[in-house]
Amino acid sequence: MRWVRPWSTRIALGVLLFVLGIAFIGPYFAPYSTSALAGIPYSTPSGTFLLGNDYLGEDVLSRVLSGGRSVILFGALATVLAYLVGGAVGLVAGYSRTRLDSGLMRGMDILLAFPPILFLLLVATGAGANLVALVIAIAIIHVPSIARIVRTAAAETSVRGYVEAAVARGDRTRMILRREILPNIWGPIMADAGPRFTVSILLVAAVSFLGLGKAPPAADWALMISENRSGITINAWAVVVPALMIAALTVSINVIADSIAHSLGKSVDTEALRR
Amino acid sequence: MSALTTAVSRQRYSHPLMAFVLRRLAIGVLLVFLVSILVFGATQVLPGDAASAILGRSATEAQKEIYRQELGLDRSIPSQYWSWISGVVQGDLGKSLASGEPVTSFISQRIGNSLILALVTMIVLVPISLALGVWAGIRRDRTADHLISSLSLGLIALPEFVIGTLLIASLAVSLGLLPPTSIIEFGQSPLTSPSLLVLPVLTLCLTAAAYIIRMMRAGVVETLNADYVHMARMNGVRERRVIWNHALRNSLAPTVQVLALTMQYLIGGLVIVETVFAYPGLGQGLVQAVTARDIPTVQGVAILLAAIYIFINIIADLLVVLLVPKLRTSL
Repeated sequence: MRWVRPWSTRIALGVLLFVLGIAFIGPYFAPYSTSALAGIPYSTPSGTFLLGNDYLGEDVLSRVLSGGRSVILFGALATVLAYLVGGAVGLVAGYSRTRLDSGLMRGMDILLAFPPILFLLLVATGAGANLVALVIAIAIIHVPSIARIVRTAAAETSVRGYVEAAVARGDRTRMILRREILPNIWGPIMADAGPRFTVSILLVAAVSFLGLGKAPPAADWALMISENRSGITINAWAVVVPALMIAALTVSINVIADSIAHSLGKSVDTEALRR
Repeated sequence: MSALTTAVSRQRYSHPLMAFVLRRLAIGVLLVFLVSILVFGATQVLPGDAASAILGRSATEAQKEIYRQELGLDRSIPSQYWSWISGVVQGDLGKSLASGEPVTSFISQRIGNSLILALVTMIVLVPISLALGVWAGIRRDRTADHLISSLSLGLIALPEFVIGTLLIASLAVSLGLLPPTSIIEFGQSPLTSPSLLVLPVLTLCLTAAAYIIRMMRAGVVETLNADYVHMARMNGVRERRVIWNHALRNSLAPTVQVLALTMQYLIGGLVIVETVFAYPGLGQGLVQAVTARDIPTVQGVAILLAAIYIFINIIADLLVVLLVPKLRTSL
């Protein structure tokens, strides 16, 4: 647990726990229903509405408390999905060192020839505001580079003596991959996972902000920003609070990811943060 | 394809650099072609019927059928792709479903605004962030480096729309220094009202600077650890000279790549930032087209942006080869 030592990491952990607490426990403490037209649109904070009301007159505090879950969950889902697929492909490619390798690199080339947000916009055009399709699309954006990282690590490991010994023993390939190779590639994956999670959250949030994620009655931090932007001069809290929540979430995750990477003797790869 | 490769290999004897340019361009064209399949496939093959999306739920089946025929949606996917791509090659991107105007005029109306925004951003961004990145690298593990590095670590994790929104809330709404939106009439140049450009440019700079700073810092740290730098130091060359003549001179090629990556980032960044500030550029137009499911417009803008993206890469590769003589031998 060397990575928790720097004070900046401890602050980041505190901030992250706070944001996660609001996102996952907050909904149970929401004073109003998130879609109840409880007050006058864009009224400023008062005793009854602590953060005022939004463009429809809904309670901003209740929506802030309920609006974090989706972005975190969908971001996590996309990241996990990307690691399952990219990890499997990279593991097989790195261990077998077959033609899959060059295929991977070409797939990488095509996806690298494309801004990620543009890819998401294309999918949103084809599939509409379909969150499942967007989560899959975000995973696809990550897959080639994850596969490449895992491939490199697996290829390095697969020439080691203990792997050759396992092959000579007649262990089944699946056993070798799980018992000999996988434990050795955790390091690169751990150093890479944090920034990738950050990017997934950024992309989910960007898509929601553009109005292509969650549909309006739902409470969602990014969506709240775009919904209430036109009233920023009347009740700025409806925009600023969700913006600060997203900022606290992504920055704290990135600071923690950076110190995990440092403790593993690596630094966060700026390329992994490409978006 | 074979004609091309023989042409390339014949060229190789006469001029390796020319052969490299041709090879790189050929790969670029191939990539644009593959991307065009991706662009078409993503918008067309996925579930969701364009006709019912555009006409709405109240449309009858007969109305939808007429619409599908008009759009060519009743034909097979390959034949639809063929008629689209052959138009694209001839500079015809089809007609917008929303306005009925050609997609090319939609693009020409907006691309100037986006280019101005991107250009002003690059002019402000590049010198400052290059200097900060190099400085952090030289002053590694000192206070200045810690300050710059942790700031960039935070900034890089912030979404553009969050930075933009917070800037609007603080600088435009609370302090009233700048206009909160950057709405410009078509046909009017954004340069005539520079105050409208300040916040979008600042937003793009803050996000992109983090990338440049981090990459430059890493590059400089690596160079300063190189053998020839140690050698120069051991020979008693003064530190200032080591940094300017040995380390930084060799950072030229990585810098070109960093700049190319920044320009590529800007293409995606513009989409979000233009939407945040309602700035009438190509990115904002693309988002509007996506929301309206105006497929021809989305496809046209997407293939254009992807082609620019690939072209930037090719230019950067060529520049690197021209700047670093060592690389030319391996052509």
